[in-house]
Amino acid sequence: MAQRSRQNLLVVQVLVISLMVAMLGRLFYLQVTAGLHYQNAALSIQTRDIVTPAIRGAIVDDNGLPLTMDRPGMEITVDRSVLTKLPDKGTKVLKRLADLTGNSFADLYGRTRICGELKVGKIANCWTGTIYQPIPITKLATETQALKILENPTLFPGVVAAPVPIRSYPSLGGENAVHVLGYVGTVTQEDLANQNQRYFQGQTIGKTGLEFQYDHYLQGKPGVKTVSVDRAQRVMSVDKDTAPIPGNNLVTNLNISLQAATEKALSDSIFNARTLGSRADSGAAIVMDVKTGKVLAMASYPTYDPNMFQKGLSTKQAQGLFSEANGVPALSRAINGEYAPASTFKVLSVVAASHAGYNLNSNYACPYSLKIGNKIFHNDDTNVQGTFSLQHAIAVSCDTIWYQIGYDLWVKDGGLSPNHNPRDYFFKNASAFNVGVPTGIDLPAEASGRLPDRSWKLAYYKQYKDFYCNYAAKARKADLTPFLIAVAKENCVDGYVIRAGDAVNFSIGQGDTLMTPIQMVDIYAAIANGGTLYRPQLAKAVVSSNGHVVKIFKPIINGRIPATRSDLTFLRAALREVTVDGTAASVFTNFPVEVSGKTGTGQVQGKNADGTNKDSTSWFASFAPSNNPRFAVVEMVSQGGYGASVAAVGVKQIYSALFGVKDNVVVPTLAIFPTGAPPNVIPKIDTKNAILKKP
Amino acid sequence: MNLLGIRPRRRKVIGEIAGFDKWLTFAMVGLLVLGTLLVWAATRSWFALHGLDPQYYLKRHVINIVIGLVLGYVVTLVDYRVLRGYTPILWVLGILGLVAVTLPGIGSTVNGARAWISLPGGFQIQPAELAKISVILGVALLLSESQQADGHPGGKDVLKALAITSLPMAIIVLQPDLGTAIILGVAIVGMIAVSGAPTRWVVFLLLFAVVGTVGAIKSHAMSEYQLKRLQSFVNPGADPQQSGYQLRQSRITIGSGGVLGRGLFAGPQTNGRFVPEQQTDFIFTVAGEETGFLGSSCLILLFSLFFWRAFIIAQRTSDLFGRLLCVGVIGWLAFQTFENIGMTMGMMPMTGVPLPFVSYGGSSMFATLVGFGLLQSVHLRSR
Repeated sequence: MAQRSRQNLLVVQVLVISLMVAMLGRLFYLQVTAGLHYQNAALSIQTRDIVTPAIRGAIVDDNGLPLTMDRPGMEITVDRSVLTKLPDKGTKVLKRLADLTGNSFADLYGRTRICGELKVGKIANCWTGTIYQPIPITKLATETQALKILENPTLFPGVVAAPVPIRSYPSLGGENAVHVLGYVGTVTQEDLANQNQRYFQGQTIGKTGLEFQYDHYLQGKPGVKTVSVDRAQRVMSVDKDTAPIPGNNLVTNLNISLQAATEKALSDSIFNARTLGSRADSGAAIVMDVKTGKVLAMASYPTYDPNMFQKGLSTKQAQGLFSEANGVPALSRAINGEYAPASTFKVLSVVAASHAGYNLNSNYACPYSLKIGNKIFHNDDTNVQGTFSLQHAIAVSCDTIWYQIGYDLWVKDGGLSPNHNPRDYFFKNASAFNVGVPTGIDLPAEASGRLPDRSWKLAYYKQYKDFYCNYAAKARKADLTPFLIAVAKENCVDGYVIRAGDAVNFSIGQGDTLMTPIQMVDIYAAIANGGTLYRPQLAKAVVSSNGHVVKIFKPIINGRIPATRSDLTFLRAALREVTVDGTAASVFTNFPVEVSGKTGTGQVQGKNADGTNKDSTSWFASFAPSNNPRFAVVEMVSQGGYGASVAAVGVKQIYSALFGVKDNVVVPTLAIFPTGAPPNVIPKIDTKNAILKKP
Repeated sequence: MNLLGIRPRRRKVIGEIAGFDKWLTFAMVGLLVLGTLLVWAATRSWFALHGLDPQYYLKRHVINIVIGLVLGYVVTLVDYRVLRGYTPILWVLGILGLVAVTLPGIGSTVNGARAWISLPGGFQIQPAELAKISVILGVALLLSESQQADGHPGGKDVLKALAITSLPMAIIVLQPDLGTAIILGVAIVGMIAVSGAPTRWVVFLLLFAVVGTVGAIKSHAMSEYQLKRLQSFVNPGADPQQSGYQLRQSRITIGSGGVLGRGLFAGPQTNGRFVPEQQTDFIFTVAGEETGFLGSSCLILLFSLFFWRAFIIAQRTSDLFGRLLCVGVIGWLAFQTFENIGMTMGMMPMTGVPLPFVSYGGSSMFATLVGFGLLQSVHLRSR
C-alpha cells in the first residue's frame, strides 16, 4: 500500500472525526449551556394567553348615578400581519371595510399604519402598537356589520368582529364632563414595556382624566386562559383558566345635575361674550365645597364627545382634538389653562399690604392714573376715581391704590438696586397662597401657574440673556422698533432685576403672573372657610362591584393662607360689597342668595392668528352664601372681555342652579343639595337603569 | 461462482452475515432502530389528532427499511470487484434516472427541486441518491486502474474521473439540488486524495470547490429558493416566516430538549409540528427535543462508531478499488450527516438532505443501505 494513500486516508479520518466532534460541541452548547434559554423560547412559542377583558368599573356621581360605565358592544378589529401578506397589502379589504363601516379608505389606511410607517405630520391617529396586535376600528359596530364580516371571511381576511365591553357615557343629566372623566384606549407599547404595570396586549386602560388617575381601581383583573397551540395556532390543550374580576367603581364628588348646569352656564357665557363682541375662544368653570375641597362640578370649553373614542376615532377627529383652530378641545382649561388673574388677585394684595403695615380700614387716594417712572398706569376695570376706603376700592376695583402701594414697597426694598434681604411682601405673600404651585387635584398633568418673583426673573433672564443681548440679529424684523430695541438693551444688561413696572403689575395680578382656575377657586374657598387651603378632590370613594367600600377619600389640607382673622373679616366684607355696590352689583341685583366675589379683567399681550389683539380674560371668583359660605364658584372666559359682564353672569347662572333660584326666588325643591350641603354618605351605585335609559 | 460472483448455497448466506463487521452492523442497526422511533414520534400524535392513521409513516418507514436491507444484503453477496465490469452500465443508468426527472410527466418538484420520480402508491424515487453510488463506483474504478508505474493515478486519471463526475453533477446542480452536489463533490475529492494522486490535484480541487460554491451564489446560478435558504443561514432574522423561521424553530426545538429531553412522543414542539419536514430533513430536532443531549449525542456517537469501523475496513483492504469505494461511501455519508445535523443546529446552511439511516424516505434509505452493503462487501473480501 502506497505511503501517500495511507497518509491521506488518515487525513480524511481526522476530518471526519472533527466533523463529529464539532456536532457534539454544538449540541452540548444548544442543549446544556443554552438549554434554559431555548426552553423558555419554546414555551413562548407553544403557549398563548387568551385574555378576557374585565368589566371596567363605573365612574359615578355623588348620588351613585353613572357618568361613565361599561356596556356590551361589538368591536371590529384589523390584523395588519394578515393584511400585509395579501398581494395588494390589504388595500381591497380596507376599501370594503370602509364601505361597510362608513369610514373613508384614507382614514382606515392611516389608522392601520404603525406610527413609524408614516411621514411626520401625518401620524395623527396612527396605530401605537405593533402589526401583530389587532387594531380596533370601532367598538360600536352594528349586528349587521358584524354578521357581514363573520359570514364573508374571504372578503375580509384579517378583519374580526367580536363582542367586547365598551365605555359608554349615559349623560343622564345632560352632562359631558369629558375633561374630568378622561377617556380610555388600548394599551401602547410603552405601557407594555412598563415593568410596574402588568398589562396585556390589547388591554383597555385609562388615558387621561379620572380614567387615568384611578385606573388601578377601575381596571379589574382580566381573565386569562393559557392554551397550548400548534404551528397553525390551533388550540391543543387548555393549561390555565381564570375568570375576569370586575373593576371597582369610583364614586366622585361630582353631581351630574350641577355638572350639566355648570357646563351650560359656561357655554352660555361664551356665547354671551361673543354677542358682546369678544372672541371668547375658551373657558372654565368650577364649583367647590369650601369646607372639604370637594370638587362638585368642573367644566371646560371647548369640549368634545367621549363616545368618538368608542366609535373609533377618525383621523380628522384626532387632529381636531389638538387643533389650534378648534381651540384645542383636548385641553382642560380648568386645570391646564394658565391666565393672568388680574383683579381677582387683589385678595392676595390685601393680605400682603396688611402684612406690610397698611391699615385696611383707612382711606386711600384712587387717582384716575398714576405715573410710575416714565410710564402712566391707568385704572383698567373701571373709570372710578376719588378717595375711598380700601373696602370700597376693592368693590369698585380701583387699581391705582395698588400701584402706589406696590411701588412704595418696591422702593423700600431698594428699587433697582435691591436690598440684601428684601422684604418682598407681595411675592412672599403670594407664595404663601401657593401661587405657582399645583393644587394637587386628583387629575393628571395639572399646570402650576407662575409666580414671577425674583428667582423666577433671574432664571428667565439666564434663559433669554443671549436673545436680548443679540436682539438686532435674533428678533423678527417687525419687532425691531426703537422702543423694543431699548427694552432689549435694558434686559440684556440687568434683565434679572425686578423693575417698578413688574412690582406695580404684580400688585393687580398682571404682568407675568399666571394662575389656573382650579388654583383660583381653591384660594377663594380658603377665604370663605377661614383660611384653609384644601387639596381639591374629585374622588369620594372606591366601591367594589359587589358594593363593598374599598376606600374613602378624606379631605386633605394643603396649607393655610397667611391671612389674619381681621384680614379675612375685611376680605369677606369687601367681596360682599362687590356684588352689592361694586363691579358686579348690576349682575346680582335682586339675587336671593347672598354672593361674595371679585371680578377680574386680565389684559393679555400678543395677537390672535388673524392679527387682531387678544381680548381680555374675563374672571369671576366667588363664594356663597356670604354669611355662612359653603360653595366657591369660579368662572373664567379666555378672551371674554369684562369680568362683570361675562364671567359674573355665568357664575350667577351656576348659583341659580345650585340653590334652585327661579325668578329671583329660592325654590328649595329645585336646589341641587336640599340640605344646603353636598351629601356625606356613600351612595348605592345604580348602573342598570342607566343601560335601560340610554343606548 | 457464476457471473455475479453470488455463491449459491444457503448455508453460505448465514456465513456471510457472520462475517460482517459486527460493530459496523451494530451501529447501523442502532441508527435504524432510533430512526424508526423518531419517525414514529414525529408523526404519531399529529396524525392521531387529525383523525389519520398514527402509524402511517411508521409502517412505510419499516417497509423502506426492509427493502433497503434486502438491497444492501444482495450487494454484500456480490464480490465488489465483479462490479467493476458493470460500472459503466450503472453509470449510464444513473444518468438516465437523472435525466428522467427533468422530463415532464415523469419528474415532480418537491421543495423547489425537480428531483423526484413519482411512483404509484404514493412512493417517490430520487434518482440522485442512486446516482451517487454509480458515480462513486465509476471514480473508484478509474482511479484504481491507473497505468502508471508507481500505481498512483496521474493527472490524466484524475481528469478522467472528473469527466465522468461532471455530467451527473451538472444535472444535479440544475435540478437544483445543491446539497447532494456538495456531498458528492466532497466524496470525490476524498477519493482522489486517498487514491494517491498528486497532491497539487487535491489542493486544486479543494480550491475549485470553494470558488465554485461562492461563484454559484454570486452568479445567481442558484434559484431564489436556494439563495433565500442560504441568506437565512447567514441572518436567521431576515425572513422570519419562511426559511429563517425553520432554522430558528429547529434550533429552539433542539435546545429546549435540555440534558434529558422531554421524553419520547412527549415533545410539545414536535407534537405541535413547529418544525416543518420533521420526519425527513429535520428528524434530528425530534431526537433533540424528545431525547435531549443524552439521546442525541448517542445518535452522533453511533454515526462516529459507524465511520470508525468503515475507516478500519478501508485500511485493512489491500485493494485500491475497495479502499476508494469505502472512502467514497464514508465521504458521502459523513458529510451528509454533518450537512443535515449541522443544518438543524444552525451550523450549516439549509440544504434539503436527509439524515442517513434515520430520516424517513425510500430512496435515501435504499442508497444508504446499499452503501452499507458495499462496505461489508469490501470487508468480507479483504480477509
